[in-house]
Amino acid sequence: MPSFSPSSPAHLRALEDEAIFVFREICAERERPALLFSAGKDSLVLLRLAEKAFRPARFPFPLLHVDTGHNFPEAIAFRDRRVAELGEPLIVASVETSIAQGRVTEETGPRASRNRLQTVTLLDAIAEHGIDAAFGGARRDEERARAKERVISFRDEAGQWDPKNQRPELWDLYNTDVRRGEHLRAFPLSNWTELDVWEYIRHEQLEVPSIYFAHEREVFSRDGMLYATSPFVTRTAREVPFRETVRFRTVGDMSCTGAVRSTARTLDAIIDEVVSATVTERGATRADDKFTEASMEDRKREGYF
Amino acid sequence: MTTLLRVCTAGSVDDGKSTLIGRLLFDAKALMSDQLTQVEEASRRRGFARTELALVTDGLRAEREQGITIDVAWRYFSVPGRRFILADTPGHVQYTRNMVTGASTAEAALLLVDARQGLTEQSRRHLYLTTLLGVRHLVVAINKMDQVDFSFERFAEIREIIDAYLRQRTRGAASVVYVPVSALHGDNVVTRSDRTAFYQGPTLLEHLTQLDTVRDQAHAPFRLPVQWIVRPQTDAHHDYRGIAGRIAAGTVRVGDAITVHPSGKSTTVRALETSGGPVQEARRGASVTLHLEHDVDVSRGDVLAAAAAPPRIGQDLVADLAWFSPRPAEAGKRYLLKHTTRTTKATLASIEHVVDVASGAALSKRDVEENDIARVAFKTAAPLVWEPYETDRILGSALLVDETTHETLGGLMLR
Repeated sequence: MPSFSPSSPAHLRALEDEAIFVFREICAERERPALLFSAGKDSLVLLRLAEKAFRPARFPFPLLHVDTGHNFPEAIAFRDRRVAELGEPLIVASVETSIAQGRVTEETGPRASRNRLQTVTLLDAIAEHGIDAAFGGARRDEERARAKERVISFRDEAGQWDPKNQRPELWDLYNTDVRRGEHLRAFPLSNWTELDVWEYIRHEQLEVPSIYFAHEREVFSRDGMLYATSPFVTRTAREVPFRETVRFRTVGDMSCTGAVRSTARTLDAIIDEVVSATVTERGATRADDKFTEASMEDRKREGYF
Repeated sequence: MTTLLRVCTAGSVDDGKSTLIGRLLFDAKALMSDQLTQVEEASRRRGFARTELALVTDGLRAEREQGITIDVAWRYFSVPGRRFILADTPGHVQYTRNMVTGASTAEAALLLVDARQGLTEQSRRHLYLTTLLGVRHLVVAINKMDQVDFSFERFAEIREIIDAYLRQRTRGAASVVYVPVSALHGDNVVTRSDRTAFYQGPTLLEHLTQLDTVRDQAHAPFRLPVQWIVRPQTDAHHDYRGIAGRIAAGTVRVGDAITVHPSGKSTTVRALETSGGPVQEARRGASVTLHLEHDVDVSRGDVLAAAAAPPRIGQDLVADLAWFSPRPAEAGKRYLLKHTTRTTKATLASIEHVVDVASGAALSKRDVEENDIARVAFKTAAPLVWEPYETDRILGSALLVDETTHETLGGLMLR
């Protein structure tokens, strides 16, 4: 066993017990699970919970990363290091490849993003590897459509979510039955909040990518949000870059993940910041949720994370 | 110490349930400014005079279009010392299955009653379902008190009707309290009202903060449905064989005598691990890995139990069935049955009666239709290791699943 720190606060322990239960249920009942790993804080918490559920044995599933090609380099470097430490297999499904194969068409213009394209890459990878259950780090407190989702969420043959017709989910009894071609998304962190995740990271002394901590970098302002300058984003003439001390509350595609002004350089400082935050993490930092009242619902219906 | 409490809401469509949740989140400062902006903009677009706090919880497009709640919305908020998981459930009869989903894991139910309407057919239905599903604490918010001039007589009248209803039920909640509120104006939701002089009790939030949680009850005999066997099969861990699962009831200690059911083989607990590492003792709710003294046959679906207090074992059972499928339940038909970590086949032997959910009385009809509750008898292909639902929500519950479509058809509460 890896040496785990002793008893965590009662509410974190309750959330942890539930998440471990979900991991074991899915792995006992499904043949080809996989864990969606992005190197973001939520998926790092998932990895720790998987260790607690299955160590000292190997994980009964591979990790799967959908790489948009537009990720923060810090996150990719961190991903590779963490995977090497774990010694578990990683499948990388690449949006670049989906574009090259003509499965999707690259968006153009200053607001182009590969965020939506990755749904196709993900569903292709699920089909190719015969994955019948995918663990994800999504939490219900993130967004209103996610607040509606079951812990074990059914996807039809086209990978679609039907929010109006979800399976009733009673007690801790999960109906994990699917037919060939259908799959499940399993969300062990359903009941965790952003604060729980950070408190858990602190308690477990988990390492997270450096971009979560305040650092100085070149950014520009768009729609009231700060974005990192990068080769993946075309700036308009008015979007003049400047240097600022920022951190990222979420780690997504560089084209749609905004930074927040922050001086939080330690986990304690981040937790203080989350406690006093007045904007949700996705509201503060994710352009992809801003298009309409139901952006996330629409993407989720199509099979998004 | 911060503890976690699961709460579900219940109440009729227009009792102001979503408004109450919006109010609770708003006053408890659990609503972020971008969420509030979304709601303000949506209210304006819909031409409402005031910010409609109900729009906070209705997360699906169809819900916002129709102004109703279709499925459970999960909300999270906290006060010092307590974190809440709130399942906001739909009021409509046609979405009863979603209300049952929310109530099945709740430790407390927040029942909303409109002070003008009193106990409607729908609120009787919800009251019935919360007691059927064994929700331990019932908190009745008598809402829209501002619409009845904060009348004590009206408050007392509704309280008496509900008390009388609960007295008739054989299964009640462990605790029942009544709070006069106005969700719209915030009276007694988070802050005390100066308009309800007759009421000296705690606000809704204060009350929810004081309730005990399931983790406080670890006195029952030990029960552990086996989920998974941890077997590294490596040189470093050659003999490692961990029995993993989540404790359904009671407490287990190193050295305890336990029996594996249904085989009946006995052994003792040699070592115990939780998420925090090796321990001497673990309680209800903990995900654990056990190491047994003897190499007895244990696999997924078995139940480990305190040797001194064996659970029940049987194949012919009686249960209350909550039916969710548009196709009626049929006596004589075979279904898949999921019970703890075991799946077996079960035949619905007979339908004894359907319940009038508003009154709890037995109806003469025997067709179990969508959203009906019925008393049934069934026979399983393999023995179940079970307990009555009243004493053990985990060993006492089961799902019926369609063998071919894999739909979840109904929930069973074993009696």
